[in-house]
This record gives sequence, structure tokens and C-alpha cells, in this order.
Amino acid sequence: MRYHQAVHDVPVIFEPCERPEVGEPFDPTVGGAIPKDLQRADLALPDLPERDVVKHYVNLSQMNFGVDNGLYPLGSCTMKYNPKICDEVVSWQTVTDIHPLQDPSTIQGALRLMHELELMLCEIGGVDAVTLQPAAGAHGEYTGIQLVKAYHESIGETRREVILPDTAHGTNPASAAMVGYDVLELPSKDGCVDVEALKAAVSKDTAAFMLTNPNTLGLFEKNVKEIAGILHDAGALLYYDGANLNAIMGKTSPGKMDFDIVHFNLHKTFATPHGGGGPGAGPVGVKKKLEAYLPVPRIVLRDGMYGLDYEWPKSIGKVRAFFGNFAVLVRAYTYIRMQGGKGLESVSENAVLNSNYLKEKLKDSFELPYGSLRKHEFVLSGRPLKARGLRTLDFAKRLLDYGFHAPTIYFPIIVDEALMIEPTETETKDTLDKFVDACKSILKEDPEVLRAAPVNTARRRIEEAKAARDMIFSWREYEKKLDSAGRTK
Amino acid sequence: MELSKCSLEMLQELHLGSVEELFADIPKEVRTGGLKLPPGLSELELRREMESVLSPNKPVSSHPSFLGAGVYHHFIPAAVRTIVSRSEFITAYTPYQPEISQGMLQSLFEYQSFMSELTAMDVVNCSMYDASTALGEAVLMSYRVSGGNKFLISRSVSPEKKSVAKTYARGADIALAEVGYDRETGLVDLNDLKSKVSADVSGFYFETPNFLGPIETQWQEIRNILGPRSMVVGVNPMALALIKPPGEMGADIVVGDAQVFGTPMNLGGPMIGIFGCKAEHVRKMPGRLIGMTTDIEGRRAFCMTLQTREQHIRRSKATSNICTNEALLALASAAYLAVIGKSGLRKIAAKNVENMRSLSSRINLVRGFVSPRFRATHFNEFVMTTEIPYDKVNKELLAKGIQGGFALDRQFPELKSSALYATTEMHTKADHDKLIAALEGVR
Repeated sequence: MRYHQAVHDVPVIFEPCERPEVGEPFDPTVGGAIPKDLQRADLALPDLPERDVVKHYVNLSQMNFGVDNGLYPLGSCTMKYNPKICDEVVSWQTVTDIHPLQDPSTIQGALRLMHELELMLCEIGGVDAVTLQPAAGAHGEYTGIQLVKAYHESIGETRREVILPDTAHGTNPASAAMVGYDVLELPSKDGCVDVEALKAAVSKDTAAFMLTNPNTLGLFEKNVKEIAGILHDAGALLYYDGANLNAIMGKTSPGKMDFDIVHFNLHKTFATPHGGGGPGAGPVGVKKKLEAYLPVPRIVLRDGMYGLDYEWPKSIGKVRAFFGNFAVLVRAYTYIRMQGGKGLESVSENAVLNSNYLKEKLKDSFELPYGSLRKHEFVLSGRPLKARGLRTLDFAKRLLDYGFHAPTIYFPIIVDEALMIEPTETETKDTLDKFVDACKSILKEDPEVLRAAPVNTARRRIEEAKAARDMIFSWREYEKKLDSAGRTK
Repeated sequence: MELSKCSLEMLQELHLGSVEELFADIPKEVRTGGLKLPPGLSELELRREMESVLSPNKPVSSHPSFLGAGVYHHFIPAAVRTIVSRSEFITAYTPYQPEISQGMLQSLFEYQSFMSELTAMDVVNCSMYDASTALGEAVLMSYRVSGGNKFLISRSVSPEKKSVAKTYARGADIALAEVGYDRETGLVDLNDLKSKVSADVSGFYFETPNFLGPIETQWQEIRNILGPRSMVVGVNPMALALIKPPGEMGADIVVGDAQVFGTPMNLGGPMIGIFGCKAEHVRKMPGRLIGMTTDIEGRRAFCMTLQTREQHIRRSKATSNICTNEALLALASAAYLAVIGKSGLRKIAAKNVENMRSLSSRINLVRGFVSPRFRATHFNEFVMTTEIPYDKVNKELLAKGIQGGFALDRQFPELKSSALYATTEMHTKADHDKLIAALEGVR
């Protein structure tokens, strides 16, 4: 196995010399339009030939690793292959060049697409109504917890607490806290929700319980119905974190499991590319009793015309301007239409098959806590590495040298030295086997090799503590610091 | 399910008879029997289907539009698309492994650098969802910085942003109050601001240019009235090519939208929220930050930093829940600014001002129309007022294949029959001529 990432010397775009301005000097008043006291004195931006700019970013792109480069088994992130037809559709003018405030009669295609996407997500999620407005998964959680608050307030209840298991994604407690709730993290039992502990914790003060199922260990929470009963009996709501939906499409649904609110990560399950950190989209689905609180506008079909409905007096209002990340919604719609119902079910089947295959091949090389059967992802413990003076981090960095992105590491926190692996359905057995070979080969290497890794990437290990100490967030600050240090640029 | 040869092999190695056995842990009572969705399509069928679904949309090329109100139609050089289409960028996740993600990390650092330069703020994070959620987060940060459970917001802010700010404020039990604008100039009403600033106010948000078009001039006065409270300023970053940046005028927090730099309108999403602040507040700010550092060999390198503010470390004590942001659009902004450069940006910005001045004065010459409504300096957007009910104007324009400006009477009843018009470098003289001729025909 040989891998070498490109290494280019790419200066920061502000570094190269300025091109002398040609033609007429710039008139800062713009023909007298901008008065003197408003005029900008200086604008220290680069001025480079297009040729150099393209070279700059193409070379930078070669120092970046995406799904298109190879396996990206980042647990809970569902880094599946993104079909290219979806990218092509969003390059059409009928997507790019429409404005959100256009007369609805001139955006009927967009409104239809969003309306149908809502209905398809209702079917997949087992819910009654969907809003497409949230811009990302965490934003969906935030919206969902706002719905919880609005619901309880409307029935005259003030509840102060949101409960979640200690395996929950970090966004869950952060979202609940942002809506003003106290957060109680419940210790898990055998990797799943401790039902007795939950019973003891739930009270009249409980607003909601947030759960992802399968959970972040890849285990299906079998007691989910009982859990739902405990919460509902106490007047609380059940929130489904949709980050792990890729495991269960067509097999079960959050609605069927009695969840009241669910968010969907379109950039995970529905194959929209993650763009190096975004954009995503985090639509939220709800059961009937919560529909009245969804953000406005709602998209409606009346007399054969699609329109916008703002008349929802109990609505929480808006969580984002306009309708949501439309270009992402178009990609997800295209993907769902491509797969169809059977296709999506097969997506989940293959995701779970790949995950269990990989788990079986790797479990003896590491430790596999909590039983055997997994869904779309599994979590190994890198504890055996410790005996050789190594950490999971060293192993993960060495994987990069073999041309594989590292799994999610040190999460969930309840597994010591965790390695959270999600291969997704789009990888072949051949790729999985090569990954297994790489893992086994790494485990046989000299510990020094792992500690020195990576060596085949554009940079060796990064001094992250230095970044936090130096706090250089822009070229401007960097130059200021150079100046104050009395050094020449 | 149809199994591929590889899948069958994997099943055999797992000693399983069927894929169904992998789902044996899902109790029967919660099982569903498949999905009731239309059958899948081949790529060719899909392409035809998508063309048919989307074809009723009328893009601005077929349909000149004078809408802005937060989303703008600007020119995007071909090179920007080339750069943003690199699949190493598009198909990557958040750069959790910096050694193999230097390309995106450096691009995001460059985005932060561009925005920091334009706004003159010490620190700009590597993006929020859009300007409206950036404002929502600014309301929360203002509370963290200055305390006080009240926040003031200018009336001349878009209804979309106000609604989002309200949602965010409610979650944190912060009360919002509105500060009016001067009916002549459209600028912040200083007397109203003075009367509303009290001990429990954490900060004040206003924009330049504001939603109604005017560029703010009363910086010193606003700063003095606010005292130690947070001055939160909304900007159109393209206008900053010409006008003094908020960082030089005492702003504590700056928000805005960088969609104007290389991202199409896309029906208003994705957009990209700019969020900047003073260095002293950096640990209280939301969102991801990219920092410059070195690798162990001393070569310059970049990584995400100050992550102890973030949800995956701090959980319920994080400064925000944000995780996924708009990284690819940040790359687009950096690429756009690099491609057009300083001279290009100033020329485009100047063209916007010229087009606005020309269109506004031509509308003013049409009988029954007054434009601009406010005596102020504008960038590319202005309010026009008419004697004719504006709904009627818009309908007649639409019948002539023109999308008129955004009607203001619902959210700004004090402006009576008025509308917000935007014009950018994309409009030709022919587009303006077409609008003027149509307005002359409205009766």
C-alpha cells in the first residue's frame, strides 16, 4: 500500500507581491457619491492574475482529502460517495439564479420540489410534517428543542430539564442549553440507555429526552418503546437525533419508535457533499401534535398551485432566513428520486453489512466492548495499543499514511481510546479488505513509526497547542505580530 | 434485496444466511415494511425528471429582477466555479485531521483573512449558517460579553433577520426591543436609542447599509450612547470595498453575509454568515476558528483552534451548538476575492453605486414615483415610494416579465406604498430601460 499526498509550497494568498494598478486611478468618491468622511482609506487585498489564483487553489485542493480520494470512515458522519448527477442539477440556472422573494408563480418548480421532499422525509421518518428550514444537524436540534419549549409553554407547563445519554453527540447538550434548558447526562448501561436510571431521573421537570437510535456505539436501543412510554407518561417529549438514520431506512423509523421530533442530516444519509465543513441541511419532522409550532413559512399546495403560508400563530417563528439550504435540498431530493424506496432500504442494508463485516475483521486486533451485532457503525477500543506505549491518536495518524482518512477518535467518551468506524454502503469489499490489511500492518509496525506518523501527508503532525497559544486567525494579525516583533516581512 | 457477489461473500464470512439477520436486534413492534416512495430512476431518467420538476422556475436571466433584501445577484467568474468544484474540497468533511486537510484549512484561514481585512475586525470565524443566524448568535454573545437581559435592534433590519433574532433571544430569555430610524435620513434615531439604553441592555444591533438602503454616518454618537455595551454591526461586505469598515468605528461584533462573494442566490440558501469580533472577546465567540501554526518540522501549517469553546468538547457549556457551517462557501468567497482582486472589487462595488444612483434618479422622474425615499448615501439598494398601491405595481411588472422590488407596506406600514429595489453590476442599461418603461405604463 503506497500513498503520498501532494506537497506544494503554497504561500498565503496575501503574500505575493501586488500587481501595479493599470489604467485610470480609482476614484474613491465614485463620482461624488461617497462623501469624504465615509470613504475607505485603504484596502489591503491581493491583486493577482487569474492564472496564479487558480494554481493556488488547485494546489491547495491537492493537499486536501475527500471521499472522492478514498475511504473516509469517520464514525457518525456518514461519509458516503456523493453521486455527481446531484452536483450537476444544482448548477442549472433554474436552481442557482432564483431569488427567495420572487413571486411564488415564478418559483413553482422550487416550491414543488420542497413540498415533495417534505412528504418523502415524512415517509422515511414516520412523521406527519416537516420543515426544511434548519441549515444543519445541530440547527435542526436547536429547532426541535425550540418546538419542545413552545409545546410545553402552550399547555401552560414550565419544564427546565433535557435528559440525554452520555453517548449523545456533543451538539445535543449544546442545543438544549442554547434553548435555556438544564442538561442531565445519563450514564449508559452496557452501552445502551439505563432504563431504570432513566425512570428515576424523569420528573415533571423533564421537557425532553434526546436519543439517536442506533446509538453512537452502533447499537440498536431495543428498549426504545419502553423509553418512549416513560417519557410520554411524564408529559415529556422524545427527540430523535437523525445522525444515524443511514442504518434503518425502510426497516424502522423514528416515528414508529414513538419519537415526537426528528432531524434529518441531508449531508449524511442523503449523500449531499459536506463541502469540507458545510453546507449541510437539517430538516425537522414532527408528529401531528407539534405541527402548529413549526417555523414559517410552510409550503402549501392549494388548487394546483404551490404557495407560502405564514398563518401559523403558534409557530416558533423563523430559525433561518428564507427556506433553508435550497441547493442542498435539491441534491437530497435528486438522490432520493434516484434511489427510490427500495434503493434507500438497500442503502441501509449495505451500510449495516459493510459495518458488521469490517467489525468482524477488526475486533480481534482491538477490543470490541458491548456485544456483537452493530448497525451502520461500530466503536473499537484502542486500549491494547497502550501496552506498547501508543495511543489511538498514533494509530489514526498512521492510517493517513496508508491513504485512508482516520475514523472518529475519542468519541463516544465512554469507550477508552475509542475508534468509531463507519464505512458506509458505498465502499466495496475490496476497499474494506484493504483497510483491514492496512490496520493489521500498522499494528505490526515499530511504535516509533506510529508516533512519527503521518509522514506521507502534506504536513507532519501539527503543533495544535502552538495555534491556541499564538492565536493567529488572519494574515492581518500575523503581519501585525511580525511588525510588533520588529521583524522584517 | 438483490445482493452483489461481494455482499454475498461478506454474508458468508459473517456466517449469515440473509441480510435480514443483521436487523434481528430491531424489535418486531417497531419494524416497518419498506418505504412507500416512487421507484428509483436511472441517471438519464433522473436528469429528464429533474429538468421537468425545475423547469417552471423563472431564473433572473429570463426575468430581470430588482430583488435584494439580503440575497443578491452578482457576477461569478468562471474560475471561482472551477476552484469550488474541486472534489477534494467538496467531498471532504470538517478538517478533523489537519495533516491531510491543509488545503481546506489554509483556504478557510484565507477566508478569515479576507473578512478580517474588509471588516477591520481582529477575529472573524470560518462561517455561520447565514447573516440571520449570525445575528441570533451575536445577541447571545452580547449577553455573554456585557450581561443584561435586554438587547436593542434597529427597526431598519430585514423582517427575516428580526424573526430569527427573536427566536434565538427567546431561547436565552433575552428581551428584544426596537430602536426606530429617522424618517428623513433612514439612519438610527439617536434620541430613540438614548431613551432605550438602560442598565439591563447588553447591546445594540444596526446595519450599514441598513435594510432600507442608507449607509450609517453617526458612529461616534452611537458609540457614546452605548458606552460599555456591545455595538453589533451588520454589513454588506461588498460595500466595505468603498466605505469605512466597522472595525475602525468601534464595533464589538460584526455580522453579515458573504453570499455576495461568489455564491449564487440559490433561492436564498446556502448563504454564509460572517461573524467577527474584537480579539478580547474571542473566547466568547461562537463557531470554528482556523489558526496558523507549524508542523513538527517547523513548516507553516493550519488547524482548527480554541476548540474548547465548541460543542464536541464543552457540550452543554459550549459558546454555541454550531458544528457544520458553510465551509465550501467560505472557500468560494476567498476564491472570488482572490480572482477579482482589490482593483476588481472596488470597480464592481463602484458599478453598484453608479447603477443604484442612475436607476433611482430615473425612477424619481417617473410620474407618481419618488426615489430614493431617504436622504442618505446608498450602496446598491434603495426605497422607492409611489402613489399607486405597490401591489398593483408589482403585478403589472410581473405581467411584463419583470420581478419588481420587495414590497415594504406589510412590515413597514409607516412607509405606506413603498418598495425596496436592488440593482447590481448584473443589470444592463436595457434592464433599467425595461423597468422604467414598465413603470411609466403603470396606472
